[in-house]
Amino acid sequence: MAVISYREALNQAMREEMERDASVFIMGEEVGHYNGAYKVTQGLLQRFSERRVIDAPIAEMGFAGIGVGAAMVGLRPIIEFMTFNFSLVAIDQIVNSAAKIFQMSGGQFNVPIVFRGPSGPAVQVGSQHSQSLESYYAHVPGLKVVMPSTPADAKGLLKTAIRDDNPVIFMEGETLYGLTGEVPDDEYTIPLGKGRIAREGKDVTLVAWSRMVHVCTDAAKVLAERGIECEVVDPRTLRPLDTEIIVDSVRKTGRCVIVEVGWPVAGFGAEVAYQVQRHCLDALDAPVERVTSDDVPMPYAKNLEDEVQPQVKDVVAAVERALYLA
Amino acid sequence: MTTPDTARVELDGEQTATTVDELAPLYRQMLAIRRLEEASAKAYSVGKIGGFLHLIIGQEAVCVGATAALRPDDYVVATYREHGHAYAKGVPARPILAELYGKKTGLVKGLGGSMHLFDKATNFLGGYGIVGGHVPIAAGAAFASKYRGDGRVTLCFFGEGASTIGGFAEGLALAALWKLPVVLICENNQYSMGTPLYRSLAVEDVSMRALAHGMARDRFDGDDVVKVKRRIAEAVDRARTTGEPTLVEVITYRFRGHSMSDPGLYRTKEEVEEWKRRDPLNRSRARLTELGMSAEALDELEADVKTEIEDAVRFAEESPAADAYLPYVVKE
Repeated sequence: MAVISYREALNQAMREEMERDASVFIMGEEVGHYNGAYKVTQGLLQRFSERRVIDAPIAEMGFAGIGVGAAMVGLRPIIEFMTFNFSLVAIDQIVNSAAKIFQMSGGQFNVPIVFRGPSGPAVQVGSQHSQSLESYYAHVPGLKVVMPSTPADAKGLLKTAIRDDNPVIFMEGETLYGLTGEVPDDEYTIPLGKGRIAREGKDVTLVAWSRMVHVCTDAAKVLAERGIECEVVDPRTLRPLDTEIIVDSVRKTGRCVIVEVGWPVAGFGAEVAYQVQRHCLDALDAPVERVTSDDVPMPYAKNLEDEVQPQVKDVVAAVERALYLA
Repeated sequence: MTTPDTARVELDGEQTATTVDELAPLYRQMLAIRRLEEASAKAYSVGKIGGFLHLIIGQEAVCVGATAALRPDDYVVATYREHGHAYAKGVPARPILAELYGKKTGLVKGLGGSMHLFDKATNFLGGYGIVGGHVPIAAGAAFASKYRGDGRVTLCFFGEGASTIGGFAEGLALAALWKLPVVLICENNQYSMGTPLYRSLAVEDVSMRALAHGMARDRFDGDDVVKVKRRIAEAVDRARTTGEPTLVEVITYRFRGHSMSDPGLYRTKEEVEEWKRRDPLNRSRARLTELGMSAEALDELEADVKTEIEDAVRFAEESPAADAYLPYVVKE
């Protein structure tokens, strides 16, 4: 298996799907001549020409809507948001159009479109560029929400997302682009709605997605030194959610800590907590714990920015609470 | 309150040259739409149709004339006031009315309702309830036509009230930049809900918004269905041959309120009556007589429409209720 970056994995996924299907095109700000604000679309313009790699002006609602219209009549657009923070000015097209057209049209029109781009806090980019908005989109029936944590998952899931007949929100970890990992040499896809055990353990289940998977595995290493074995479950897609893999793990460990970089109120972790109590109540030995960012817009200063987000120590503390060690 | 002067700008009183063969089917469509709308209003008033119901009575010449300039494979994207557009694009009265009734036999199986008619068979890409949000969608269908080189044109209808929202501005900007084959038709009925044009726009002339994008524009009154057809055909031809979009403003008037719940108290009786004297249906009917269509032939046409709509009402009444919803596409 080749070792490549998360960024290269996404690039390969798009390249392969564009080779495979002439109806796939990519549109967004700086995706072509600039090779992508985060270089995810590097080289695609050279390979596929301006017809299929389209630089859009700063008009997210406009080009998101163009993607929806094109998808309704059979194309398969990949719409890149320079960051998902900017998707908020296009959310009308995502929520009111893309998510609803299949239902509203009585099943006559579907919208096979991928909205993708970086998500979550980066480093000192301030309140407006540091949001993790998966809970917004996971709330909406008609959308699928994918949040890969590794290069292999990024590639396999993006390929599946492009082939899916529904609108897919594909949120990439902004700080994961440089992360390297093994990726299968042969072509593969990963189904949406199937989670992954990122680390096996018997004492407590940690549920996390995107970058928080890595925070959890780091916390698990710290705890392992103290003889506490954490199982880290990465659902990979929030909608549809692989409730089964989470429930199976919690029924084994009897304890659950959910870690997300989003805000606490109505965050997606609250839904996971509901599912866990609904399906595992008799197996739980402690209340379900959540670790989230603090309930504030992101501050700029590095020390404060770190303090706001879930850190390894916060996960360790939550595990201690779940084990009644604290 | 008086009618803003803009409405009279292009009134010329001149008749567009036509024939009975051309005009009679257009008149028939307009009449069917009016009878369909009247039947809907009646059903709504006794609770058989729910939700919002926006009628197009008074504006029929715009959707009928414009759609007559299309090929069957061209696309139409419309607003929540779109029963007439769907009918003009070729959707039969039966499934339209059954949809309003929330029936299983409805055009979209009772899942869309009055504001969300869609029909793949006639390339009717839908009725949308977020003002202006469908303008980029129409540009997207046109983008697909350009991408494939299939020669299709997309018509996008909206009211003058949509011309202030972002979706309209961005849709225009991208359609102009990328030369997308779309004709953007502003059905200026002079009131965005209860707010008259002069209180919602700083300019009287909506088509001026095309100038900022270097886009072609046109502007005329929409009472003469043949005139609408001719002028829209010019824009459709431009889109088809050069790929260039056009913003077309058609001045029109709705005889009823914004929706069934609106008595329209913000307009004077005199104003409404003045516009009713210019009723596009009466105008076309008089023209047909002038062109030599016999009273018997007109009676026959009108009786035929009556039968069609009565049949649609019966169909809607007797159809079974909707029975299943569809949240996602499930892949095999």
